[in-house]
Parts: sequence; structure tokens; C-alpha cells
Amino acid sequence: MQQAIAASPAVQPRHRRYDVGDAIFALLARSSGAFVLVLLGSLILSLFVGGLPAFRHFGLGFVFSTDWDPVKQIFGAAVSVYGTLITSVLALMLAVPLAFGIAFYLTELAPEWLRRPVGTSIELLAAVPSIIYGMWGFFVIVPIMSQYIQPFVIDRLDGIPVLQDLFAGPPFGTGILTASIILAVMVIPFIAATMRDVFDTVPAVFKESAYGLGCTTWEVMRSIVLPYTRASVVGGIMLGLGRALGETMAVTFVIGNTDRISSSLFGPGNTIASIVALEFPESPAGSLKLSSLLALGFILFVISFIVLAISRILLKPRLKVG
Amino acid sequence: MKIAITALAIGLTSASFAHAQTQITGAGSTFAAPIYAKWGDASSSVTGIKLNYQAIGSGAGINQINNRTVDFGASDMPVAADQLETHKLMQFPTVIGGVDIIVNLPGIKPNDLKLTGALLADIYLGKITKWNDPQIAKLNPAVKLPSLAIAPVYRADGSGTTFVFTDYLSMLSTDWKSQVGSSTSVKWAAGTGAKGSDGVSGTVHNIKGGIGYVESAYAEMNHLTTTQLQNNAGKFVSPSMDSYKAAAASADWSSVKNFAIDLNNQPGDASWPIESATFVLLPTDPKDPNHSAAVKKFFDWGFAHGNDIATQLLYIPLPATVQNAVRAVWQKEVPGTM
Repeated sequence: MQQAIAASPAVQPRHRRYDVGDAIFALLARSSGAFVLVLLGSLILSLFVGGLPAFRHFGLGFVFSTDWDPVKQIFGAAVSVYGTLITSVLALMLAVPLAFGIAFYLTELAPEWLRRPVGTSIELLAAVPSIIYGMWGFFVIVPIMSQYIQPFVIDRLDGIPVLQDLFAGPPFGTGILTASIILAVMVIPFIAATMRDVFDTVPAVFKESAYGLGCTTWEVMRSIVLPYTRASVVGGIMLGLGRALGETMAVTFVIGNTDRISSSLFGPGNTIASIVALEFPESPAGSLKLSSLLALGFILFVISFIVLAISRILLKPRLKVG
Repeated sequence: MKIAITALAIGLTSASFAHAQTQITGAGSTFAAPIYAKWGDASSSVTGIKLNYQAIGSGAGINQINNRTVDFGASDMPVAADQLETHKLMQFPTVIGGVDIIVNLPGIKPNDLKLTGALLADIYLGKITKWNDPQIAKLNPAVKLPSLAIAPVYRADGSGTTFVFTDYLSMLSTDWKSQVGSSTSVKWAAGTGAKGSDGVSGTVHNIKGGIGYVESAYAEMNHLTTTQLQNNAGKFVSPSMDSYKAAAASADWSSVKNFAIDLNNQPGDASWPIESATFVLLPTDPKDPNHSAAVKKFFDWGFAHGNDIATQLLYIPLPATVQNAVRAVWQKEVPGTM
């Protein structure tokens, strides 16, 4: 207070000092923005440069080859790219309906006193480290899958065309489907939390008007809430997909880590992130294997980029209509 | 990448430089990490040497010593002679470890089941798929084998244990040698992968009909259901300290350069057929000879006083003649007086 009074005659220099502060702050903010771009660019560049020997050696075939033979030094990305995509897509197929149900219940149906505890638990679930999900998956879900679910399903579907191939093989418990289930459990909190938040942003007056016209809760959800929040809902799903694509530890525990493409969902597989995590410590510097792993990292980057781009394209026309 | 690892190594080293003791850093083999840690604890009060060992995997350990970011590297797989030459390294073994076969079969107790290397190769090639296969039954007339599918489990992460196991299979099966070969990770023809020894034993434990391979120390500490194996002399042996020691003793260490001996399938009636030494790599042109001297002093202590600790941790100490041979090469090739 005293200082302010004492300083008041000298208003002019203080203004100038503010100007300097503004300039510094603007510079800091600008360089923070630029930093993100530089960081992203240098990451992509270093992955590409690291992977270049592999791309040169195998050519474009690297992306489509299903071979991964460290003894003969033949490496291909197809198995892990397939594993990454199939587990992520399956995980979303399982997670999105459930997450929608959770958000729908929390925003429209749940009694007021229950919303907070359930909402907080979802946020807590989102904060659980992925290694915990991996251990839980390995020690709890995998035995259940191998001892009960897989033998039962394999037995029941035996003889039905297509389905018997889709669910075949020895009941290891680990595999593509188990990995997808764990991934689904991991991304549900992300998608559910985003959906709940955006459902809450729908102005009450919209919903009340609809209810006033005699709409049911489901009709309000379908015709008012979802159209209003479509962009953010898709954004939340993409957030989940992004996490599923890059998830490493939890998947590594339960996917079976096998460099073969299996026609069965119970069959083991591999994802880009898990093969990099597993093989990295035993890859000598300068080796073709290390370069192939970096090339895989680059491919994962490209996949994530494509996913992001597709989501933007999907959102664009609807945004204009909305 | 190299820079990042270097920076990390420097960070870790300088953080613990506060002590007045000589600090030595090593990195590599996860298999040997428990014994180096125990030797480090036990010896520091006597030798004044403090060991900072990072168990980051054999391949990464070799990278680190090639870049000279640590005082010594540790690898479960012997490094080829030309690589040692290029990177000016001296290689010596420290301790030996066996690899056991573990199974999960109802009603079958540890070391009931008899297997051969050729059978193991066929199982891991996916050629033998049932436990009551006539070839397995012929070896085990006294055992009641169930009609279960065999579920082979292997290490999904690159691992020295996988190298030892696949090297053994390559010796016993020409099909394995031509189709798969031996390395820290290979292209498996059948089965499922699991991360680490605990992952392998956990997966075998989960699946009835499972079979896997783990380090002997791991199998023993967790009381897993091990099997007998046929050795080079045609005898079936159970995994035990005695059979591991027999194999190490019957090996002809003087026949190889750089101690790069393959301990798999050694002769001798009592020898366990799958085992391997773990190695340490020392620069022959150290930046600081004092550090190399300290590393030599550390392992000299381990050889002289650490054999009991090794046995307690279920490693097999090197035969005394080999320890002395290592000391002689230290004297000759690695600068720095102990």
C-alpha cells in the first residue's frame, strides 16, 4: 500500500516497465508455442533418420513384410502394425458403448448424491499407471480367460464357419482379444470423463424445452445432447484411440508377444509399442535391428498422425452444420 | 539416443560421487545383477570400492562400454573376437548359471518328466503338439501323460537366457539350426511370449500343458516344476547345483579365445546340458587406469571371497583354474595396478 502511494507520482516509468514485461511475456509465450513445433519436428526427424537404414535396406517392403527374424536380420513392420491397429479398434468397439453408458447415466439418470463419487472414481481410474493395468491383466484377467472364457468359447463355436476360426487356438489366456479388453478398460475412463464433461455443457434450457415437448430421456440424449456435443464426443474417442495406439506396458504383459499374424482373436500378436519396449535393450547401437525399431516408431507416429487427420476431416462438415 | 544414454549415465555417476570411496560403474546383464549387487555390498568395506551397477540388458551394456560411458559392461552372451578387437575390450567370465525347463502338467512332480534337446526343439518348432505324443511317452514309460495340448512359452524380451536356450536347441536339432537359429530373440515358430522370467513362469503356471525355460536360480527360488534332460553322455540328469558344477568342470576352457566358451551340452555323465557363463567387458585402453584397477580389484575380491555368496544366490562359481587364468589376462591386457 505504502509503496503504491510512494510510487504514484512516477506513473510514467512504471508504464514503461509494464511494456518491457509485456514484451518479455509475449516472447516467452511465443517461444513456448514454437518449442512445441520444434520438439515435434525434431522427434519425427530423429526417428526418421534413425530408421533410415532400415527403410533403405528393406525398401517399402518393410511396411508390408510380416517377417521379424533377428537371427537372419530380416525385419518387417506388418505384424506389429496389424497388432496395433486391431487391438486399438477392438478396444474402442468395447469401450465406446460402455463409456457412453457411463456418461449418459452420470449426466441424466444417476441420483445427485451418486454423481460425484462415481465421477471421481472415473477420474481416479484414468490416473492409474498403465503398468498396474498390465499386472492386473496378467494375474487376474489372463487366468480367467485361459481357464474359463477361452476353453468355453472355443468349445461352443467349434464347427461354426468363420467364428470357429476367429476364436481358435490353444487357450493361452494372453492374445489380441485380452489385450483389447485391457486397452478398453484403460481408455474407458478417458472417453467417459470427456463425454460426461461435454454432456454437462449442454444448456439446461435446450433439454428442458425438449422435455417440455414430451421427449423421453433417450430422445433428449439422441436429438439434443449428442448433436450439440458431437465434436467433443468424437474428440474424446480420438483421445482414447491415441492412448490405445501408443499403450506399451499393459499390452506387453497380455498380448502374447509373437511376431506372427494370427487369424484368431485368441492368438498372440504384437504391437509397435510393445515390440520396441521388448527388443530395445538387446539392440546394439548401429545395428539393423535398432534401426528397424526406430523405423517402427516413425510408423507409429505416422499412424497417430493419420488418425488425427481423419478425425479432423470427420468433424469438419458436421461442425459447419452444427 | 547415444547422447541421452550418456547423459543419464553421467547424471547417475556424478550423483553418487559424494563418497570418498572409489566409485566404479557398470551396466548390462540383468541375469548377473543380483550377484554383482551382493558382491558390491559385501566387498565395499574391505576394498573401499563402491559399485554402481545398472541392469539394463546385455545389448545395452555392450553399447555403453563401447561408448566408454561406464567402467565395465556386462553381457550374458560372449562378444565376438573381432568386436572385442574393434572396441578395444577384454572379456572375462564371472559366474555361471544354468537354464531349467519348467512344465505345468497335472499330477507331475518336479523332475518326474524326462525330455531331450531334440524333443524340446520339436516342441518349440510346433511339430510335437500333444503331451501324450508317442515320442514323449517312449521316454517316460512310468509317467501318466495327459492328452493336453503343449503350450510352449518363451521370453518375449530380448534375453541372454533365450540365447543360451536357442543355442542349445541349435546344437541338438538341425531343423532348429536351419529354421530358427540362436540369438537373444528369435523368430519363434510356435507358442506365446511373456516378459521376463516371472512372465514365463507365470504364463506356464496359468496354462495346463505349458512348458517354458527360466534361469536355474529363478526356478529353484520359486519351486517350479522342472524336468530332467538328457545330456551329451546320453544320461538323464536333474537340474541341481551338482549337475551345473559338473558341466562347468568338464568344459575345456583352454580351447577357446577370450574365454568365449559355450557351456551347453558339455560331456560328462553328471553334466547339466543347458548353462552359460556371464561375461564382463573391460576396456584395454581405459580413460582412467585407476578405475580399471578398481574394477579388477572388485572382481578379484569376488573370485577370492565371493564364491559362497554366489552359491547362496544359486550361481555356479567359476572353476579356480579359470579364475586364475582371468587374473593372468588382466595383468597382461588391462592397464592399472590393483
